[in-house]
Amino acid sequence: MTHPPDTGPAPVLALKGVSKSFGAVRALRDVSLELLPGEVHALAGENGAGKSTLIKTLAGVHRPDAGQVLLDGEPVVFHGPGDARDAGIAVIYQEPTLFPDLSIAENIFMGRRPRRALGRIDHKATHAATAALMRRLGVDLDPGRPARGLSIADQQIVEIAKALSFDARVLIMDEPTAALTGSEVARLFGVVRTLREQGAAVLFISHRLEEIFEICQQVTTLRDGAWIAGEPLAGMSEDDLVRRMVGRDLAELYPKQEVRAGEVALSVRRLTREGVFTDVSFEVRRGEIVGLAGLVGAGRTEVARAVFGVDRRDAGEVEVGGRRLANGAPSAAMAAGLALVPEDRRAQGLVMDMSIERNIGLTGLRTTSRAGLVNRTAERSRSLDWAVRLQVKYARIADAVSTLSGGNQQKVVLAKWLATGPRVLIVDEPTRGIDVGTKAEVHRLLGELAADGVAVLMISSDLPEILGMADRVLVMHEGRITAEIPRADATEETVMAAATGRATA
Amino acid sequence: MPESLTRAVRWDTVVGALLIVLLLLSFGFVDGFGNALNLSFLIGNTLPIALIALPMTLLVVAGEIDLSVASTAGLSGAVMGKLWNEGMAIETIIPLCLLLGVACGLVNGLLVTRLGLPSLAVTIGTLAAYRGVAQIVLGSDAVTDFPSRYLDFAAGRIGDSFLPQAFLPFLVLLAVAVVLLHATPFGRSLFAIGAGEEAARFAGIRVKRTKLLLFVATGAMSALTGVFWALHYASARYDNATGLELSVVAAVLLGGIDFDGGRGTIGGAVAGVFLLGALQNVMSLLNVSAQSQIVVTGVLLVVSVLGPRVARQISLARAAGSTG
Repeated sequence: MTHPPDTGPAPVLALKGVSKSFGAVRALRDVSLELLPGEVHALAGENGAGKSTLIKTLAGVHRPDAGQVLLDGEPVVFHGPGDARDAGIAVIYQEPTLFPDLSIAENIFMGRRPRRALGRIDHKATHAATAALMRRLGVDLDPGRPARGLSIADQQIVEIAKALSFDARVLIMDEPTAALTGSEVARLFGVVRTLREQGAAVLFISHRLEEIFEICQQVTTLRDGAWIAGEPLAGMSEDDLVRRMVGRDLAELYPKQEVRAGEVALSVRRLTREGVFTDVSFEVRRGEIVGLAGLVGAGRTEVARAVFGVDRRDAGEVEVGGRRLANGAPSAAMAAGLALVPEDRRAQGLVMDMSIERNIGLTGLRTTSRAGLVNRTAERSRSLDWAVRLQVKYARIADAVSTLSGGNQQKVVLAKWLATGPRVLIVDEPTRGIDVGTKAEVHRLLGELAADGVAVLMISSDLPEILGMADRVLVMHEGRITAEIPRADATEETVMAAATGRATA
Repeated sequence: MPESLTRAVRWDTVVGALLIVLLLLSFGFVDGFGNALNLSFLIGNTLPIALIALPMTLLVVAGEIDLSVASTAGLSGAVMGKLWNEGMAIETIIPLCLLLGVACGLVNGLLVTRLGLPSLAVTIGTLAAYRGVAQIVLGSDAVTDFPSRYLDFAAGRIGDSFLPQAFLPFLVLLAVAVVLLHATPFGRSLFAIGAGEEAARFAGIRVKRTKLLLFVATGAMSALTGVFWALHYASARYDNATGLELSVVAAVLLGGIDFDGGRGTIGGAVAGVFLLGALQNVMSLLNVSAQSQIVVTGVLLVVSVLGPRVARQISLARAAGSTG
């Protein structure tokens, strides 16, 4: 299946037997891939499978150690991203970086705007060209609008328009949907279909399998840097794809264990933060996994922050293991046995430039230090111990966490908090943006923790995850808890009804 | 192996090596450098910079900066002179000056942590304000008649050696700073704050309190330096130590402390201080004009901001290419 039938169109861009190593890490081994015009090609694989390296090789950031990059069938060597761009290859990243104070049109034509006599910038022409690009994409965005305040979805559209303005024939989309809402994804897919019909070759990366099946025709799967398969998606099932990515049958994505709930470990009473959430009360018992569902912006994360103490509460009380927590004091919450795995692992969960060892060590500075001095041996063994227990894939424990893949970064955040031996664990979007194999591992871990008597509060926008893992589901809508649904009654319908304010229980 | 490679090109090591090379060359080839009197001048003149560089390093590692240090030192000296003229005992005056430094640091720290203002802006403001207050306090007077045993201590040497007596207290403070930054949970939290403030907060580190503490310590150390300055040069004037903040910041950056926070060592900072001090001393001995000295210092400042970044790039490139 590696070669398309001879009758089909010729590939615009292809990799042939490409290998690439970084130090001892073999990021790509003998990987081949062909991108055809008018086709959306999925790149599947777990975090760390080599997807990023492959993208960077196509985009001219990396040069292959072995193998070739073929453009229109001819071998090429890109000496940098500029070469790749000139060859018509554009990469759209998950979070675009636009100049906030410039207009959409100015962002698109940055540095090469149409000129009039005497070198003056032709605003009218810039504007018109941008409007034409937007029409081509079938999107209604005002070219004169400043980029500041555009949603991530709109920013991506601007990036795509920019790529088109460079006459890009190959579009590489690196997890473009990770931060988008359902309707934004639908619009993006509309744009992708339009591009496909206009003959562009698209390489699409997503951790959401259903998206791959919705928009792509062909799929190439990588595992541990090796090429596993390149084949049409038609006739494949999600299970088939997962098996290729993970290399085995995934035992179960939601390995829920039945645990008898013990005494109350976390008690939140009438918690209020003005203008954010109101009168939030709930309890989590030992051995329980309580799901906290709701739409983005319903106030779930904010409740977690106030419970942990990173934000102050205006009213209400929080008790952990019977101890009342001081207001706005995360260190007191930690001392009482509370741990929070925050929503944004890059900014809140980890110090990206710091080593794995020190990131995990950050929560244990007081406990591992002796006579007021950091005990490096104890710190290292504590960090190593937890990194190994959670099967973090790393080269050296002293490497910066920024060198790890997203899933492994998330494991480091979990390690950092599990190392504190928490009584209550709050996890906010614990599996967002991580691959399906790691996701299953995280779920298994949460199940085991609950079985060991930890009280788990799980905030998630991933409904199947909530339904699969939670003993009870709390639903928030506009800053209030609108429903508490036992596991037996929790379905997508009941949860969504409460989350959108259509029903209260 | 890559770890040793990384260490081999660490910037603070580079600065330490440069310092040693400069000292060896100066001993060998610069007339008048090696005699005890010159060396004691060199160290004595560099001590104020070295003292303030200690808390400044902690502050910059935590991602903040204090440009008001020289003005705080000046204010401290001015108040010291004023109170001495009023007839107060020096044993009372010195603690009061330190308290004044605490207050100056507190103002900086509260403006930064409570109001969330950038420390660069806040301390440029207090740089002017504290100096202004110093001038109001003392006017254009110069107070010189401090008790001789204090003057002797601040200007004297240990026995016949070239080491100033004040060098011993400095060594103690240096040791405290090294342990604090590199061996305590507090020091670790400074690196975390500098490299990722939000993540530090989410790990239970009291970011605001820590920063406030650093500003207070910097204020106190600046005031102490102001006292030392007035005694060392036997002159308390409102314009004492003017411009010293630039030397401190230049030395700290030269020592490889990342201006963006999260990186640096006390050793690097101290090496930077003495490299700068020795360079100025040598240039004076070689009759390099004051203007040219300023140019050299300026160039060094730019190099010191670039150097660590280049060193890091090299070490990253080597690590990436070591087997590939």
